[in-house]
Amino acid sequence: MTADTVISAQGLNLTFQTNDGPVHALKDVDLDIRKGEFVSFIGPSGCGKTTFLRCIAGLETPTGGTLTVNGMTPDQARRARAYGYVFQAAGLYPWRTIGGNVKLPLEIMGFSKAEQAERVARVLALVDLAGFEKKFPWQLSGGMQQRASIARALAFDADILLMDEPFGALDEIVRDHLNEQLLALWARTEKTIGFVTHSIPEAVYLSTKIVVMSPRPGRITDVIDSPLPKERPLDIRDSKEFIDIAHRVREGLRAGHVDD
Amino acid sequence: MKSVLPILTIVGAILLIWVVAVIPMNMHLTADQAQRDGLVVTPATPAERQGYSGLGLSFANPDLIPLTYNLDRPRLPSPHQVAGEMWDTIALRNVTSRQSLVYHGWVTLSSTLVGFVIGTTLGILLAIGIVHNRAMDMSVMPWAIASQTIPILALAPMIIVMMGQFGIQGLLPKAVISAYLSFFPVVVGMVKGLRSPDAMQMDLLRTYYASASQGFWKLRLPASVPYLFASFKIGISAALVGAIVAELPTGARAGFGARMLVGDQYGNPLVTWAALFAAAITAAALVAIFTAMERLTLRRMGMAAA
Ligand SMILES: Nc1ncnc2c1ncn2[C@@H]1O[C@H](COP(=O)(O)OP(=O)(O)O)[C@@H](O)[C@H]1O
Ligand SMILES: [Mg+2]
Repeated sequence: MTADTVISAQGLNLTFQTNDGPVHALKDVDLDIRKGEFVSFIGPSGCGKTTFLRCIAGLETPTGGTLTVNGMTPDQARRARAYGYVFQAAGLYPWRTIGGNVKLPLEIMGFSKAEQAERVARVLALVDLAGFEKKFPWQLSGGMQQRASIARALAFDADILLMDEPFGALDEIVRDHLNEQLLALWARTEKTIGFVTHSIPEAVYLSTKIVVMSPRPGRITDVIDSPLPKERPLDIRDSKEFIDIAHRVREGLRAGHVDD
Repeated sequence: MKSVLPILTIVGAILLIWVVAVIPMNMHLTADQAQRDGLVVTPATPAERQGYSGLGLSFANPDLIPLTYNLDRPRLPSPHQVAGEMWDTIALRNVTSRQSLVYHGWVTLSSTLVGFVIGTTLGILLAIGIVHNRAMDMSVMPWAIASQTIPILALAPMIIVMMGQFGIQGLLPKAVISAYLSFFPVVVGMVKGLRSPDAMQMDLLRTYYASASQGFWKLRLPASVPYLFASFKIGISAALVGAIVAELPTGARAGFGARMLVGDQYGNPLVTWAALFAAAITAAALVAIFTAMERLTLRRMGMAAA
């Protein structure tokens, strides 16, 4: 753990007590995330990616180990509004315009009217939705809705952005485009990003650090620091470095798949 | 308006059944009248005719069929008689007259509306309590359900008599019964609506560290609006039924319920039927108003009408 560590997990465990017995969603997870890193979590369904992200967000309480966010407990960090969270579904309120949806956290956090308007305009421009402020969600495509939900998470300018398969439901072309935009946005805002995916190319393309996980019990099997430059055109995916990292991720996933 | 054709089809079918049913239903009365008027009737005496069904008698006396539609005091009035009675009592009478159905309609409608407002307010408050308070969640709902299993016909006279003990008469006791019937659909719909946001929506608010009241005003309440309108439509019809039922057992002198009873007691079914139809039309109009409000509100809110 160094001075610029933002998120730190040590020996983190989370066991859900279910009717079918205990489920070890996270087992002995150690991970440090430094400021400004783009960290992807990749692994098959049920390996605890969502659970880990929710622990960081203070939405789930670990049953063992320690976890700090900005040096605080996750719950303190949540109360300090330390992060923006993007869910798999955009989850925009149908009764609010796009602008109104982005404004939601600002209203809740008590920003002034003038500041709300200024921030809404700014983050909508950031996700390329300037001019859509007065539209209702149903008037937008799925990709645009997801961008609006990212704008909503950015609006209050938390240093950390947690994203749980935000583009999982979108088709590949839209996804490529959004990945490019997300990288540009990350470069401009210098946020620390935790990003769940189960697409290998997406993880390699986006991340400075790739965390490979495996299920039953949910644990980390590999952590890969990406040697790719910060500047990443889409065709970097044809480069040798890219293919090598993708290969290593695939190996990591395969190693975790012992029994099925 | 795609819905018009099916509705007209149903209305047509009902009218047809009605028109056909008038003949056997009224045939015995028609035959008695015809006999008094010196017409030839088979069989010739009322006693003999008792052995016949309405249908059998109709086949025996096809000539009398047209007369079944114009009896003064028919067992089953024909559609044109009911329409005539309604035209007479709605359009031709002064609205302040006791003969006017508009006057009686307003008496019933006013207690319906007062009762609906009371019931709806109570229903919404209970629903908010149920959603936010675990003890209320466990305790209120069973009572609300139990309350609706008591037949309103048994309860209405008790409420009216008891309130009469305290000198409360007229509109208010009827409104209480309307409220009693209309609060329930509102509680049920509103609880469902307030709980309609899914786990993800609630988690999103937690990530903002939103307070419970912010969650209520910004998420739960707007999410419940479509449910609330569905409840309003059921509630307003229930309130109307409540007001009419409240007029029945107490010898009320005004209102749809009073008219139905008067028609029944004085052997004038036209009055009963006209009141019945006027009440049905009033209910349909109230529901239509709420449907229009629902459309308007949901469009304003940016949500396409369900
Ligand atoms: N609230 C919960 N209660 C019980 N089990 C849960 C709960 N949330 C997740 N799990 C279980 O924990 C494991 C990890 O789930 P999750 O973190 O959602 O995986 P992933 O996001 O990687 O697909 C799964 O086996 C899942 O069934
Ligand atoms: Mg998941």
